[in-house]
Amino acid sequence: MSIAAKANALWEYANPRKFLATSERVLPFFWISSALFLVVGLVWGFFFTPDDYKQGSTVKIIYLHVPSALMAINCWLMMLVTSLVWLVRRHHVSALAARAAAPIGIVMTLIALATGAIWGQPMWGTWWAWDPRLTSFLILFLFYLGYIALWEAIEDPDTAADLTSVLCIVGSVFAILSRYAVNFWNQGLHQGASVMRAGAITGTDTTEKVSNVFFYPLLTCIIGFVLLFIALVLYRTGTEIRARRIKALLARERVNG
Amino acid sequence: MIALLLRDLKLSFRAGGGFGLGLAFFLIVTVLVPFSVGPQSSLLATIAPGVLWLGALLACLLSLDRLLALDWEDGSLDLLATAPLPLESVVTIKALAHWITTGLPLVLAAPVLGVLLNLPGPGFGWLVVSLLIGTPALSVIGTFGAALTVGLKRGGLLLSLLVLPLYVPTLIFGAEVARRGATGMEVQTPLLMLAGITAAAVALLPFASAAVLRINLR
Repeated sequence: MSIAAKANALWEYANPRKFLATSERVLPFFWISSALFLVVGLVWGFFFTPDDYKQGSTVKIIYLHVPSALMAINCWLMMLVTSLVWLVRRHHVSALAARAAAPIGIVMTLIALATGAIWGQPMWGTWWAWDPRLTSFLILFLFYLGYIALWEAIEDPDTAADLTSVLCIVGSVFAILSRYAVNFWNQGLHQGASVMRAGAITGTDTTEKVSNVFFYPLLTCIIGFVLLFIALVLYRTGTEIRARRIKALLARERVNG
Repeated sequence: MIALLLRDLKLSFRAGGGFGLGLAFFLIVTVLVPFSVGPQSSLLATIAPGVLWLGALLACLLSLDRLLALDWEDGSLDLLATAPLPLESVVTIKALAHWITTGLPLVLAAPVLGVLLNLPGPGFGWLVVSLLIGTPALSVIGTFGAALTVGLKRGGLLLSLLVLPLYVPTLIFGAEVARRGATGMEVQTPLLMLAGITAAAVALLPFASAAVLRINLR
């Protein structure tokens, strides 16, 4: 079994039928395991971790805020990859997966923004501040909005897939540019990366790191969110494939009848 | 190429081209600002660079949906696509024509409107410089947006939704140059970033615009 053969095995899922069959087989596993991780992580986080000595119990919103923020960005990355796959190899499943992922991404962005605002009100004393991280998430939200609107506006599915793919690539470049521009524009209140930083986990770096007491339930929640995201994308992609199939059947019927 | 540029310029100068509309819009927005925030000259002086940049940006946006739509409607876009001139050059020329008819007048009008908003003395030069460097990027990015939405019926609104997020970096650095210039701070860093964005956008985005236009003309 060479690497090339392995790689070929991945492309087999470009066949919608094969994709549907496999995704239906693995979907229950993803639903159940994501529910398991989320319940365990959230219950553990909300009820069995101590309150922070400065932030009190408000710190616990971290279990929703951090995973959703991570998924909001990773969802865009996934859309970028699937868009590239569509442009290069013209696999319809890939384009449909990008389309299916966008609404999930925009909801994750909204959850991150909303939980951040709810936490920020007691902690920073304001619902909203024009902090670079907050601002770049708002801009990310706008990018999602434009991307989804473009999908909805174009009738021909292949044209829509092509145009949104190009928009996704150009948008990615500008999103990164905006991130740096916003950093330059305002220094901000939000703390830096303090969860996944090297050294934070091993304990060698103790400045501004998330304590292990909070870290393990948080990690559980992040895994839960990743599994939930995979399950949602597979499920929604399946729906998109079926919707397109129905459209094709109806069109055929109209021609024959 | 020059013939195409002259044709586009001629079309926009003559009736129906909408030349000057952007300029009038810029004027109106600037006049409305003191009505909405109050006439205190110190307040106006603080926000003047940002308001002028935002006004120029919106005025640019206003004329984008005509950029390719007119050629699309009468079919000349199809002819241009089949012409020996590469489509990348066509969109570059279109963007250049848009800049000459919209961006350049805005740059020239900005200092006059700066007087209305009580822009501090040292700010005038930097405002003009930042707009001069930044508006080409606005035109090129806008051409990409226009190419994306060219075949759509309600393209205008969607165009704004697509293009405005892409304008964020240009606006941040452009307004930063004008703001720092007005308060006498050093402007080199944002100025270089602004120039970098414009150079990169002018060099790379026409390829994306042409690719998108080819998809739309299929």
